[in-house]
Amino acid sequence: MDLSAINPILLLASLMVAATPIMLAAIGELVVERAGVLNLGVEGMMITGAACGMIFAYNTGNAWLGFAGAAAGGMALSFLFAILTQYFLSNQVATGLALTLFGLGLSALLGQNYAEARPPAFPKMDIPILSDIPVLGPIAFNHDPMVYVGLILVAGVWAFLKFSRAGLVLRAVGENHEAAHALGYHVIRIRILAILFGGACAGLGGAYISLVRVPQWTEGMTAGAGWIALAIVVFAGWKPVRLLLGAYLFGGVTVLQLNLQAAGLAIPVEYLSMSPYIATILVLVILSAGRAPGSLGKTFHASR
Amino acid sequence: MLTLEKRPQPSQAWTYLAPLVAVVVTMIVGGAVFAMLGKPPLESIRTIFWDPLFGEFAAFDRPELVKKAGPLVLIALGLSFGFRAGIWNIGAEGQYIMGAIFGAGIALAFYPMEARWLIFPLMIIAGMVGGMLWAMIPGLLKVKFKTNEILVSLMLVYVADFMLDSMSLGLLRNPEGHGFPGSRNLQQYASAYNGDLIAGTGLHWGVIAALFAVVVSYIALSRHIFGFNVRLAGQSPRAAAFSGVNANRLVLVCMGISGALAGAAGMFEVAGPSGQILSSFNVGYGFTAIIVAFLGRLHPIGILLAGCLMALTYIGGETAQLTLGLPRSAVQLFQGMLLFFLLAVDLFTNFRIRLTAKEAA
Repeated sequence: MDLSAINPILLLASLMVAATPIMLAAIGELVVERAGVLNLGVEGMMITGAACGMIFAYNTGNAWLGFAGAAAGGMALSFLFAILTQYFLSNQVATGLALTLFGLGLSALLGQNYAEARPPAFPKMDIPILSDIPVLGPIAFNHDPMVYVGLILVAGVWAFLKFSRAGLVLRAVGENHEAAHALGYHVIRIRILAILFGGACAGLGGAYISLVRVPQWTEGMTAGAGWIALAIVVFAGWKPVRLLLGAYLFGGVTVLQLNLQAAGLAIPVEYLSMSPYIATILVLVILSAGRAPGSLGKTFHASR
Repeated sequence: MLTLEKRPQPSQAWTYLAPLVAVVVTMIVGGAVFAMLGKPPLESIRTIFWDPLFGEFAAFDRPELVKKAGPLVLIALGLSFGFRAGIWNIGAEGQYIMGAIFGAGIALAFYPMEARWLIFPLMIIAGMVGGMLWAMIPGLLKVKFKTNEILVSLMLVYVADFMLDSMSLGLLRNPEGHGFPGSRNLQQYASAYNGDLIAGTGLHWGVIAALFAVVVSYIALSRHIFGFNVRLAGQSPRAAAFSGVNANRLVLVCMGISGALAGAAGMFEVAGPSGQILSSFNVGYGFTAIIVAFLGRLHPIGILLAGCLMALTYIGGETAQLTLGLPRSAVQLFQGMLLFFLLAVDLFTNFRIRLTAKEAA
């Protein structure tokens, strides 16, 4: 084994890339859950986003349009979830599972002709001046634009929830939908908007895997990333800043095990590949210390 | 204007009707999807739902149907207890894999000794223990640390999947397999082979176990205090706590049952239809069983029927792949759609739609 083959700067730089899909999906789900809705369909929306992203990017030759298509695809799927849980008042856990199973099937069907396709290049962008800083420059300021989109989204959600009036209303709906309804807020409408936002974010996260991280389309390629995103929301205690930490922690484990595989560690590859999932379980057990939104997962029906 | 009005009691009629309506709606929408894919819709639907039972080659398909329904019913029955009590074990796929690894592990440990009376029962026990241990991880973490069992059980599916890869390449690899991955084929080991009990029917011990489990579950749910407690905990956790139901014990028991049955299903599969530990061993029965459990209304008889229907879509889907060139994933989509529509139609079970005059503001 040759540990010196692992370059810490490259490791940290690829950590940011590995964390991005999870971060995108998780920040969307965080907003959904703060509105009191538990959407377990993140994995299904992500994989659909991955397929849609490839289809749009390949056919238009533009990665940005791919991401837009992926967001639309994730949103379309989350719209199904919204209709079912908000209007048809179905159980959110069961509906979320259905969404994941449906999404896995749908994406396989959509992507069946794209197994050989290569997406258009999505160039890195050098942030002037900042990327010239030694060590920190290549780690943090020399990535493709979606890495920064993810960070901006996290910051945006943080500010939205903390400072804006709409964010306050969204949190009120999530904490106690009866009270929010009594105050005259449109619980259903707010929740649907939150669900759609979550769907778009999950779609983006999925597309990041198929367009940048891998980059190609294979069935089931998200490999549980959507579930890990759900776990990170719990770990983060429903707070955006801690979510960032969780995503990087997970990204770190993923990248480290890949590097150890490449360095030829004496542990068999299969056991190294398990480590991100086991790390997620450990993190859930040891570090989750948040309080869930009061109305999380409960169905709202304004009865008279 | 249409408004929803909660029924004082869930509608009995809709409880039974909802799955049927969902199946019909899925066929219609599914047909539309097939038409969009450029396949003849009616022929596709007939190939999937009719031909495996009554078509030209039904004699080949019917045993396959039984073999596929067996594990689905067995896993779904185990899941139904937890789902009723609000305990969401969605990692049955992982428990199924671990059951197979444990069961095959015992068989291979005894190879080439011939002693069916000893080895086969031991394999069944090992399979159940393997699945149960794997399900106990989320169960115990939930009880001790209040960790979300949905996420943990699901993460463990991926871990089990890698474990399967590792076993087929390492510990359980066939030493006479010329370096190919995969264990010895248990179909060629008489003491371990879970073959058809009556040749050509597909009726192996796993199917018998599934039928037996249907009867036991039915009795447990409708005639035993355990079933009452499970239903009580699901409908009103507070009332259950006051009546002395130990919530933690219920979590462990429900996880244990579902894990043991999923593990048994895995063991019967690896010793029978599949034959060997290989990375392609699991085909998603653990996830499809979730659909089966809901489609069967979490009721043992319903699960039996739903399991047969889902098995039908697998077989019919395979036929449609060959004859009509329908993509494999179309069936998966179909199964997901079915659960969707079921959940939507269920609205009518709990709510009534009323036509009301629009109120003056």
